[in-house]
Amino acid sequence: MSISVVKNSNLDADRAIRTASALSVRGLTVSYGQTPAIFSVDMTVRTGAMTAIVGPNGAGKSTLLKAALGVVKPLAGTVSVFGQPLARMRDRIAYVPQRASVDWDFPTRVIDVVMMGMYRKLGLLGRIRASHRAQAMACLDRVGMSDFATRQIGQLSGGQQQRVFLARALAQDADIYVLDEPFAGVDAATEKAIIAVLKELRDTGRTVVAVHHDLTTVPDYFDDVVLLNTQIVAAGLVSKTFTEQNLQATYGGRLATARADLESTAG
Amino acid sequence: MGAEFVALSLPSMLIGICVAVACALPGNFLLLRRQALIGDAISHVVLPGIVVAFLLTGLVATGPMLVGAAAAAVLAVVAIEAIRRLGRIEAGAAMGVVFTAMFAGGVLLLEQSDTSNVHLDVEHALFGNLESLIWLDATGWRSLLDLDALATIPVELPRMAVALIVICAFLYVFWRPLSVSTFDEGYAQGLGIATAPLGLALVVISAIAAVAAFDAVGSIIVIAMFICPPAAARMVTNRLGHQVAWSAAFAALAAIIGYVLAGYGPLWLGAYGSVSAAGMIATVSGVILAIAALAGPHRAPTA
Repeated sequence: MSISVVKNSNLDADRAIRTASALSVRGLTVSYGQTPAIFSVDMTVRTGAMTAIVGPNGAGKSTLLKAALGVVKPLAGTVSVFGQPLARMRDRIAYVPQRASVDWDFPTRVIDVVMMGMYRKLGLLGRIRASHRAQAMACLDRVGMSDFATRQIGQLSGGQQQRVFLARALAQDADIYVLDEPFAGVDAATEKAIIAVLKELRDTGRTVVAVHHDLTTVPDYFDDVVLLNTQIVAAGLVSKTFTEQNLQATYGGRLATARADLESTAG
Repeated sequence: MGAEFVALSLPSMLIGICVAVACALPGNFLLLRRQALIGDAISHVVLPGIVVAFLLTGLVATGPMLVGAAAAAVLAVVAIEAIRRLGRIEAGAAMGVVFTAMFAGGVLLLEQSDTSNVHLDVEHALFGNLESLIWLDATGWRSLLDLDALATIPVELPRMAVALIVICAFLYVFWRPLSVSTFDEGYAQGLGIATAPLGLALVVISAIAAVAAFDAVGSIIVIAMFICPPAAARMVTNRLGHQVAWSAAFAALAAIIGYVLAGYGPLWLGAYGSVSAAGMIATVSGVILAIAALAGPHRAPTA
């Protein structure tokens, strides 16, 4: 009798956590070949917080994001968004893929890329109205790119391309923003602009999850951190989880290398 | 002159334009997805499909040939996927293996079977017989309004027109998901777009163009039109919508210029007879591509 009571209260608590979490994955396993890229990952992303996913190269960080977004099909596991299955909650999530994942010589202009963020709302044949264009321009303005609206995307610098990707996600007007290495290969001004936008999103109740490489900026930028190396090593508040010991456990012998790389790129 | 033109040249020219545009439109997306070779593959594998259909039915009729060609195209797509996945071979190589093998098989079948009394041979498969599609009952431009005369217009023209309309409708309706998934597949999947079925639909649409065109014009023109007009158009503009429009214009231009040059070019040069219209149209599309490559405003990668 007493056991079942305990069980029930545990279930209730679990349910409460799940509904409070913006994004929750359970037992997520993805494999591209023989070895799993991520294995049995449980992750809970707090609503209204900025969460960094950190880990060495090949740890499965991008894979975790893609599986959570349904971009990669997992072998096992479930994803829920605000306690609901992902398929029903697509409108609530905006994805910013790695900049290197697309062909920037594609025949399209900056404003056209941002408009892609509204395709779900517009549907197949919905008319694009002046208000939609104005909205897209406003998103470009937020990332400081409104002067580039009619440029071909190949003419942009890496940082400018990254900002356009962020503007496209902003155009979705989502509740959760999922970013894959948003600061990879961008200039300092862009990094500042992007982090300002992300913090603004968080401060208006949105949830931000980003794969992040630069260990030195994790405490400045993020509230929560997930340390990943194929499996979850540790997860929680940056102040409690982002410890030397946990980092050592995540990176192993590569921790020194990871830091040296950062110093050489910073210098 | 008018009557002769309407009876002898107008149907062929219109068919040529329909074929060129029908192939060029989906070709834009194949090219941007780096799948241009798929058009090449499809137009080759159509041959064994048509030969098998002929052997089974014993007649060169539109229906069975289209079914046979479509079946061969589907078989080829499955075989390419299978080789790519099971053999872990790069897509281009898998396509090369499949379409050359199937085309060669088609040629062997054709040589072994008795097709001497029907119009089915390797040359026909490559170049079609665009010039022979004449409109016997036409007496002038007014025949275009005469229902009785229209009934005898070469069947390839309405067939190709229907294929073109289907292709245009597909691209119009699925423009947004197609363009997003071509540019950024991961993001498109994040939006909930089923990119794999969409990609397959694009291949099917390309197959429709190739199969419908094959009988009238052969495979050379199909292969050229999938690639040359879109590639030329890419060098003229930096916007996807404009590129597709330019590619249709280049395709139509190649069809018209090519047809006229094939019919009258040798005469102008003082020679007799004419050359293959399909071959000339394909050549002109190549020349247009060369001009765009030399003089197009957006010919170099901008990065």
